[in-house]
Amino acid sequence: MFADGTVPGADVESLWRSARSARCEAKSCQTGKISTAETAVQSHTIRDAGVQTDQSKAAVQDFQQEVQVDYASLLSFLQRVEDAVIKELNRNWKSRAFDGFEVNWTDQNETVLCLHTLSYPEAQDQNLQVTSVSWNATGSVVACSYGRLDGGDWSTEKSYVCTWNLDRRGLNPERPDLVVDVPSSVMCLAFHPSQPSVIAGGLFSGELVVWDTSRTEDSVIWRTGMTDDTHTDPVYQVNWLPDAKHGNHSRLLSVSTDGKILVWREERDGRLALAEGFAMVAQQVPRSMRLKKFACGEAAVGVTSLSFSHFDPCVFVVGVEGGYSLKCSIAAEMPALHQMGSSVPLRAPAELAFSPHGGPVYSVSCSPFHRNLFLTCGTDGQIHLHSMLQTQPLISLQLSKKYLFCVRWSPVRPLVFAAASGEGK
Amino acid sequence: MAEVEETLKRIQAHKGVAATIVINAEGIPIRTTLDNSTTVQYAGLLHQLTMKARSTVRDIDPQNDLTFLRIRSKKHEIMVAPDKEYLLIVIQNPCE
Repeated sequence: MFADGTVPGADVESLWRSARSARCEAKSCQTGKISTAETAVQSHTIRDAGVQTDQSKAAVQDFQQEVQVDYASLLSFLQRVEDAVIKELNRNWKSRAFDGFEVNWTDQNETVLCLHTLSYPEAQDQNLQVTSVSWNATGSVVACSYGRLDGGDWSTEKSYVCTWNLDRRGLNPERPDLVVDVPSSVMCLAFHPSQPSVIAGGLFSGELVVWDTSRTEDSVIWRTGMTDDTHTDPVYQVNWLPDAKHGNHSRLLSVSTDGKILVWREERDGRLALAEGFAMVAQQVPRSMRLKKFACGEAAVGVTSLSFSHFDPCVFVVGVEGGYSLKCSIAAEMPALHQMGSSVPLRAPAELAFSPHGGPVYSVSCSPFHRNLFLTCGTDGQIHLHSMLQTQPLISLQLSKKYLFCVRWSPVRPLVFAAASGEGK
Repeated sequence: MAEVEETLKRIQAHKGVAATIVINAEGIPIRTTLDNSTTVQYAGLLHQLTMKARSTVRDIDPQNDLTFLRIRSKKHEIMVAPDKEYLLIVIQNPCE
């Protein structure tokens, strides 16, 4: 089985010598001939010259030497202007016109300055949150509502509406000019667009109240009361609508998560009566929007925000809890599916649904410069820039990891908007 | 000559007056209470400015003319009384 055998040894030739010789190369190197030339340079003849100046005795003398002065005309000139100059000198010496005047040659400060920090200590003691702020028509009074956003159940806790007049002398940031006690949490505020003392608020209970801040006692001038017409959910936004038909009487529009958008009219006896109503029902929103959660039944779509187009008074955009925004029209005639026992037939206003956010939409804002543009923001921390003509957003910006609560276009610059996030920014 | 000096002294003696300069129509200083270089600078620049101000006033309304020029600055008030042949420049410190 086994046999002896000889295996020839492996033969490895040395390579380094041949490798080295292979690496050698013959090269020649030669620089070009450096050309040289001889040139001669000769300079001009140099001449020395002595210069000496005399120091002038006085500056005044200098001028007098140079200029021929006609003293007669100079005297007559001085006599002519002396009175005027002395008058001006006196006047200037006494003048206080420029006291404290500082010219601002540089650009205005670009950063936002915090001018006032307003607070109401009693509300802070109760750990109430600021739910809404609003400026009045003149821009001097700011109103703030305290309430609860986190109270999931029907809270009966008192809340406050406070106003500060920033133009008033002796403004005390911790003492509002006016405090109104409200039995339920105030969710939103809106000053009247032209009457500086009238302010409307929407309550957690669904009620709407209108206050007149110029009245010293019982500032409530209108309220809806709790009727069949009032919202059954918290009111998320109130808006004043200019009423073309009734001159200076404005109407009040309120949106709520119960899916109703109601327009209110002032009545004589201090009540707000329902003028028009819209209801958002899942079945009646356009096909492009699929709400799987509300597949059966007459489910209402909670409306959280609303913004009117600045160009077409009939068109408005609402943001709903499902994350969608809907283009709606006041002129809609289709009746809503379920009437919920209100005195005015409710209509379904939705015309077009836009592609959704990842969470409820908290704020919508129509551009004051472009008729079709609007912004939406929601709990997904994104801002969508939409055109009213297409369902997909034009731009989608992820601004924050947390919720975005509010977005607004700048009223003066067409391409600028601001957003408020849950991080407190 | 003496009267010229007297008039200038009266102006110079006024409250807050820091300097007076008289320049002629070419912008050449004739009388000054400042040092040489400052006077030349003031004279040249204010002559230019006054001529510019005068032409501005006259361009806006040809019937109008410059009678007096006051320049308020952070440090001084410069007053220029213009005339056909001369300019009187008075520099006044603001009141304390």
